[in-house]
Amino acid sequence: MTDKIPVTVLTGYLGAGKTTLLNRILSEPHGQKYAVIVNEFGEIGIDNDLIVNADEEVFEMNNGCICCTIRGDLIRIIEGLMRRKGKFDAIIIETTGLADPAPVAQTFLVDEDVGRRTKLDAVVTVADAKWLRDRLGDAPEAKNQIAFADVILINKTDLVEAGDLRETEARIRAINPYAKIHRTQRCAVPLPEVLGRNAFELSRILDLEPHFLETEDDHDHHHGHDGHDHHGHDHGHDHDHGHHGHDHGHHHGLQHFHDEDMQSLSLKTDKPLDPDKFFPWIQQLVAQEGQKILRCKGILSFKDDPDRFVMQGVHMILDGDHQRPWNADEPRLSRMIFIGRELPLDLIQSGFDGCVA
Amino acid sequence: MSDTRSEVASIVERIRPVAVEAAVTAVHFLGTEAAFVLGEEAVLIAGEAGERRVNAHQGAILCSAGDGARIVTGGDDGSIGVVDGAGEARTIAADAKKRWIDRVATARDGTVAWAAGKQAFVRTPKGAEKSLDLPSSAGGLAFAPKGFRLAVAHYNGVTLWFPNASAKAETLAWKGSHLDVSFSPDGRFLITAMQEPALHGWRLTDAKDMRMSGYAGKVQSISWSGTGGWLATSGAPQLILWPFQGKDGPMGKAPKMLAPADNRVSAVACHPQQDIVAVGYENGMMLLVRIDDGAEIIARHPGKAPISALTWSASGDRLAFGTEEAEAGIITL
Repeated sequence: MTDKIPVTVLTGYLGAGKTTLLNRILSEPHGQKYAVIVNEFGEIGIDNDLIVNADEEVFEMNNGCICCTIRGDLIRIIEGLMRRKGKFDAIIIETTGLADPAPVAQTFLVDEDVGRRTKLDAVVTVADAKWLRDRLGDAPEAKNQIAFADVILINKTDLVEAGDLRETEARIRAINPYAKIHRTQRCAVPLPEVLGRNAFELSRILDLEPHFLETEDDHDHHHGHDGHDHHGHDHGHDHDHGHHGHDHGHHHGLQHFHDEDMQSLSLKTDKPLDPDKFFPWIQQLVAQEGQKILRCKGILSFKDDPDRFVMQGVHMILDGDHQRPWNADEPRLSRMIFIGRELPLDLIQSGFDGCVA
Repeated sequence: MSDTRSEVASIVERIRPVAVEAAVTAVHFLGTEAAFVLGEEAVLIAGEAGERRVNAHQGAILCSAGDGARIVTGGDDGSIGVVDGAGEARTIAADAKKRWIDRVATARDGTVAWAAGKQAFVRTPKGAEKSLDLPSSAGGLAFAPKGFRLAVAHYNGVTLWFPNASAKAETLAWKGSHLDVSFSPDGRFLITAMQEPALHGWRLTDAKDMRMSGYAGKVQSISWSGTGGWLATSGAPQLILWPFQGKDGPMGKAPKMLAPADNRVSAVACHPQQDIVAVGYENGMMLLVRIDDGAEIIARHPGKAPISALTWSASGDRLAFGTEEAEAGIITL
C-alpha cells in the first residue's frame, strides 16, 4: 500500500496562479521528481521529460448514477505513466481553470487500476485575492473548486487591501470552513503545506473542526497551525454552519458571509450511533442527494464498537473503515461534515439524528 | 477453493525463466521466439539461441500488437515502431505533434493502425496513410478478419471505418467508455470491454446489442478459442467463457465458468488449435484449463505479481508469460 504514488490535483480559476505554483513545485530543491499532467503545454518553464498534456474527457459511468463521472483521459495517462514506475515520486495534475474537481477525484475512487497504483493526496485550489469574489458570483466552476479544496492558496495578496483580503477569506470560509487556507504572493508557500497532505487518506481524518476566521487583524499571515492537522487552539464557538439559522457576524467582530447556493453542514452527537441505522441512511442519502453533496467526511462512534470509524465521500461514492480504538480519555463524539450545493440541511440533520442507537 | 492446487497435474517444472528485469506489459511470438514487451524502451526476444534486448522507444511503450511475423509498438515518444522476426527495430511513423500513441493494431496484409489523441490512423505496406477524426480518444483498435475495415472503440460506442471507401464511417452506439475491441474470428460479432465491469457486443448483421456482465472488475484480457466457439475473458475469480457457437452468440445464454480461485483472473490466452485456455491469475498462478470438462493442469505456482502477459505460439507448442514485477518465462509443451 505504501508504494502507491501520491497524486496532487491543482485547481483554480483562470489566471489565479496555478502555473506559478506548479513552476514553484518543479523548481524548488526538494529531491522529489514529479510527473506532471497539464492542460496546456508551453506554460511550464521547467525542463521535465515527464510532462503530459491532457485533453479533458469527462465520462459518465454506466451505473445509473448521473453524477458519477470520471476522467477517461487521466485513466489512460496514469496507466501510461505507471509504465515508467520508479522514474518519479509523485504525480501532479493541473486542471483547466473551468474544470470541475469532482470527476478527477472520482477517477481515483472508482477506477480500480488507478486506485491500485496511485492515491489521491489532496485537492489544492489557487484563488485570486482580487478577483475571486467576482468569480464566485458569476462562475460556478470557481465555487466548486473552493468547495472541493483541501488546501486553498489566496494568491496575489499584495494586490489587495487588508479589508478586501479578509472579506475574500470570509467568502471562502462561507463555502468551505474545513480547507486549510494560506495567503500567498506568487504562490510562495512551504511545499509541505501543499504536497504530501494525505487529505483523502481515511487514517488521516483526525479532526473535523471547522477553521474559523480569526478575530485579530492578519495575525494569521502564514496560518501555520503547527502543520499536524490538529489545532491546539479552540475557537470556543461551535458553529453548525448553515444549519442553525445564519447567525454570522456576531462572533467577536468576525465577518461572516452566507453563500447563496453552497453550504456546509456540521453534525455532532455524543450518543453512540446504530450502524444498522446509519449505513442504510447514508447510502440512501448519497444515492438520492449525492448530486448536491460535493464532499462529506465523518468520524463516527458506533454502539458496542471500540473503534473509531472514519468515512469520506464524493457525490455518491463513499469510502469508510475502522481507524483505531477510541482512547480512554477521548470523548466518543460522532461528527460529520457535508459541503454541497443546495444541501437539504434539515433532511440530513433529522436523518443523522435518527441514527442514534 | 484454494490456490495451492496440490492435487492437480503439474507442468511447472517445464518453465524456462526469462530474465526480463522489467515489468512485462505484453508478449507476442515471432515464429518460435517469444518477444516480451517491457514497460519502457525495449522488447526482449527469447529463443533457443538466447535472449536479446531490442530498443524500440525512448520512454514508455504504451501499446503493442503482433501478427506472428512482427510486432508493432506505440510509445510515449510519439512514434510507431516495428520489430521484425530478425529482431531488427525501426520506426515506421511518428505523430506530427509528438502525442502519445495510445493504441496500435495490425492487419494480415501488413497494414498498421494506431491512435493518438482523438484520431485514428492507418498506414498500408506501400506507405499510404489515412486518418479519421474520433469523437473521443480511442480505447481500442481492431482490424476485421476480412476486408479492409478498422473498428475503433471510444466513448459511447465503436466506429467502423473503411479507410478505402468514401462512405462515412458507421457507428455502433452504446453508452459508456469502451476500452478494448475485438472481432470474432468469423467476423460475425464485435465485442468491447468497458470501463464498467462488463463486455458489450454487437451482432454485425443487424447491430443487435448484447451485454455480458457480472464481472468483479474491468475485463482487461480477452481471447477467442481456436475453434472460434468461445470467448475467454479475465475479470472474475474464475475463467469466464461466453458461447459464440450459435447465430445469436451469447444472447440469452449463461457463460461457462471454470477454474475458480481465490484471486481474479488477470490474463487469458486460448490455445490456437485445441479448446484449452491458459489462465493467469492476479497472484501469479497459471493454469491450463480444458473447456470441455474444466480439467486443470497447473502451469505456474503463485508468484510475486499478477500475470500481465500471456500468449501461445502459432503452433501451440509454446506458452509465454510475464508479470507486472519483472517475472517471465516460456513453457514448451
